[in-house]
Order: sequence, then structure tokens, then C-alpha cells
Amino acid sequence: MNSLEVRNLRKSFGAQEVVCGVDLEVAPGECFGLLGPNGAGKTTTLRLCLGLSDPDAGEIRLLGHPVPDRAREARAQVGVVPQFDSLDPDFSVAENLVVYGRYFGLKDQAVAPRIPELLEFAGLAGRADAKIQTLSGGMKRRLTLARALVNDPKMLFLDEPTTGLDPQARHLIWERLRRLAQEGRTLVLTTHFMEEAERLCNRVAIMDRGRIIVHGSPRELIAQHIEPQVVEVHGPGLEAWLAGARALVQRTELAGDTVFCYAGDVEPLIASLRKQSDLRYLHRPANLEDLFLKLTGRDLRD
Amino acid sequence: MTRYYALPALSLRSVAVWRRHFLVWKKLAIPSILGNLADPLIVLFGLGYGLGAALGETGGTSYFGFLAGGFMASTTMYAATFESLFSAYSRMHVQKTWEAIVNAPMTLEDVLAGEWAWAATKALAAGVCILIIVAVTGNASFPLALAAIPVTVLIGLAFAALGLSVNAVASGYDFFSYYMTLLLTPMMMLSGVFFPLERLPETVQAVSRALPLYHGVELTRPLLAGIWPANALLHVAVLAAYAIAGFYLATILTRRRLLK
Repeated sequence: MNSLEVRNLRKSFGAQEVVCGVDLEVAPGECFGLLGPNGAGKTTTLRLCLGLSDPDAGEIRLLGHPVPDRAREARAQVGVVPQFDSLDPDFSVAENLVVYGRYFGLKDQAVAPRIPELLEFAGLAGRADAKIQTLSGGMKRRLTLARALVNDPKMLFLDEPTTGLDPQARHLIWERLRRLAQEGRTLVLTTHFMEEAERLCNRVAIMDRGRIIVHGSPRELIAQHIEPQVVEVHGPGLEAWLAGARALVQRTELAGDTVFCYAGDVEPLIASLRKQSDLRYLHRPANLEDLFLKLTGRDLRD
Repeated sequence: MTRYYALPALSLRSVAVWRRHFLVWKKLAIPSILGNLADPLIVLFGLGYGLGAALGETGGTSYFGFLAGGFMASTTMYAATFESLFSAYSRMHVQKTWEAIVNAPMTLEDVLAGEWAWAATKALAAGVCILIIVAVTGNASFPLALAAIPVTVLIGLAFAALGLSVNAVASGYDFFSYYMTLLLTPMMMLSGVFFPLERLPETVQAVSRALPLYHGVELTRPLLAGIWPANALLHVAVLAAYAIAGFYLATILTRRRLLK
């Protein structure tokens, strides 16, 4: 049985359909990434899966429970890390965990012995009595992650878990999420950091304008849709050079003053670039972000 | 389709929400209780003795005694209102406390019922503080005055339900000024808090009888004086109707706001 099964999910706000026939399957123990630009419908899809909003059409089964009808039973076995900080500012670190446990019907005596372990996991050992206002953004996010584990969930939903964090804080969250996956928990996360999805997820789906455009493992998707090598070029002599260099690559994309050259073999291109003192370039393997931009376009989404 | 209009399904889970609010309150209990005592002390003594000296007897009793019952009811109303407007809005919109709670196996109804019960508890606390002041000044007649305590809970439930309905459509804290200034302040003037209703024209009195605070005052004032209120059952029924219909309205409006 899949941990999450979604069939033909639809949801409109007024006249605008924001989720337009989404199908999803997440197997137990999998780390699944739902990617997409702002406004793609990721958060709405998560809310529907958790039974926090009623779909207009479609079927959802979360850990075997039909949602929204039996969402309460499903959510009892799920942990959620929301996009925005929702820790209780009036409580200490430990109180945040105890009070949250009560919402799962857990007795204070049942949660109290687990607090040191949860804080250890969150890198907040010894901070049980700290006030929330004294925590950094990264610490708050880790505490939110610990809070989502208070019921020892089989499955976790994380909505943009590292948005707004510095690199150190982000790497620590990634390490912890990998540990949770190793423990056999199913993870579903939304993100627009492609690097994050590539590092963590066994499988990703790219969503745009309410639809899933592609899904698969990050490596398969890159291999399927994108040439393996990328050279980014910019500088004053770009146009003149590009006229002659276009034949050396399979595909180019212009974004602002930078040209992205995609090819299987970029040696001839690099040789030509070495002769151009007025151009700067960066050679790297293709990644999920290239795929993402190819599929969703380079236009801003505000 | 979203089931906005389904009757609220109440569950004991909402106790966890009440306990959360209680734990926050415990941290600030002393200033909160001092405020609950100091505010009515100032008004009751200022108006009760100051204005009372100029007025003499009102409604067959000292003005202080007359004012005590009305003021106990209106303070209860404001206590429940503040909690269900400003505090509930902070938890719903600013701190995202409600969002955190419904991510657990809790429903929006659990959250609302917890807020409702908590606001009534704050009303109870405010009412008991006033009863203590009134008793100490010798203006409460026991044991019947104790029956005013459950009345504060009922007034609290009625105004908390209305407050939560307003909260559900609020665009910000400023929005609450409309409700407070345009509805509650006139209601206080029309409900016989400061002066007997008989002073008002007959048509205005008819409006008064539709207002929840009027029924709260009609119960509280005689009880403090040790008299069983006339039409007690009717007053209780009107307050209960405001509480129940108000909570249903709050449930519908909050679903429309948050279950989109």
C-alpha cells in the first residue's frame, strides 16, 4: 500500500483552478519532492492531502485513510513542518513540545521523557527552557521539525523546510531529513531549491500552473530532458561570439545578459571560449534547476 | 464540496486548546488579575460613589448598588470580547497558532470550541473579580449573589461567539473598532448598565430587549441584590440562543476564511 495516493485532484479558488487534475503516488520510506515555481499549487496540494481543505474533485488516501473524511485518523500518524513559523512565542522550547503533544492526545508524562531525545535531534540539547524569542531562524526551524516528530509519525510533510535559512542551517536540516528517511519514515517535501531536491529526494514531481508536468528520479529526469553539460557565458563580446558558436552546441537559452549553452560534448565550445578574453564562462554538469527552468520557463512568477 | 454549513462537531479534543491558552495566561496571571480588579475598582468607585452622590437613589437602591450589577455584566461582555477578537486574531493570523494546531489531528471546530470556552473563562474571571469588590463594599447579598457567577459564563459564551464571528471576517486589528464602537458601546447605553431602561422611549426599549447584554444585566442586578430575577428563564434562553447561534455563525464564517 502506498503511503499517499492521489487521483485526479482538483481545487478552484473562485474562477481560478489552482490544482488541475493531479495524480501522485508516494511509496513507504520514499523521500518525495514536489517542485514548482511560486503559485504552482504545491502548498494547496499539501493542504488537500492533509485534509485541511476540501477538494472539488478527486480521491486522496493518506496512510490508507480516505481524506478528508478520515483526515483526523490520518493526521494522527503524520508530522507537518509548515512553511511559516508557528511556534508558540509565549512558551519555552520544552513547553512547545509538550503542548503540541496534547493535540495528539499524548499525556504530558508520555512526552516529557522524549524531550531530551527530540532536542538532541534538533541540535537544541540543553535548550529545553530557552525562550522562543532567543532562538535563531535555523533553531526555530529545527524545533518545528522536532515538534512534528512528537507523535513519532510514519510520514512527514515539509513545506519549504529550508527557505530563508543560511547554508549551515540548511545543511543541518538536510542531514536530519536524511536520518529520518533512513529510519524508514516517508517524507514529502515541497521546495523551489533544486539542489535540495536533488540531494534528498528519490523521486520528484515538477508542478506548474496546477499540473504535474514530469515526475521521476532526479537523475533520470535530467538524463531524459537535458543535455548533460552546461556552459554559462556572459560578457561584452557575447553576441559576436554566439553567432559563430551556435553550431558547437545542441541548444542555447538566453536569460538577461547570460547565455546557457547545453551539449553532450562541450570541449570545442570551451576551446573557442578560451580565445575570448572579453567573455567569462562557467562550465558545470546539468542539474535539476536546468530541467526546471526548461520546463517552467524563465519568466518571473510573483 | 466544502461543507461550510455543517453543524459543528464538538469533541473533547478542544480541551487541549483551552489548556494551551490557560498555560499562556498562567505566565501573566498576576498583571491580568490586577487589571481585572483595578479597572472595575476605578470605575465603580468613581461613578458609583462620585456620580452616585449627585444622583441619590436609582432603581430603588443606592447608585453604587445599581451600577454594580450592570457593570459586572458589561465587564464580562468586554472580557469575552477582547479575548475573542484581539487575542484570537493574534493566534489565528499573526502567530499561526491555529494553523499549527490543525496540522495535528485537530479540527477547526476543536480550535474554535477551545477559543470559545477560553473566552468564557476570561469572562468568568473578570466577573468573579467584580463580585469580590462588590461583596467587600457590602453591595452583594449572599448566597443568591453567587448565582451571578454562572451568569457571567453565559454572557461570556454569548459575546465570545459573536466575537469569534467578527474575528472570522476581520481584515486586521483596526476592523474590531467598528464592532466595538458601533455595536458594543451603544449596546452598553441601551442595556440599562448606567441608568434604568424606563428612562428611554418605548420604541428604544423594544430594541434593548433584543440585545444580549440587556438580558445579562436583568439577571445579574437582582441576583447581586439577593432577589430572584423576574423572567429568569427568558433571559437565560435569549443569552443561550445568542451563544449557540453565534457559535454556529462563527463556525461557518471561520470555515469560509480558513478551509478554502
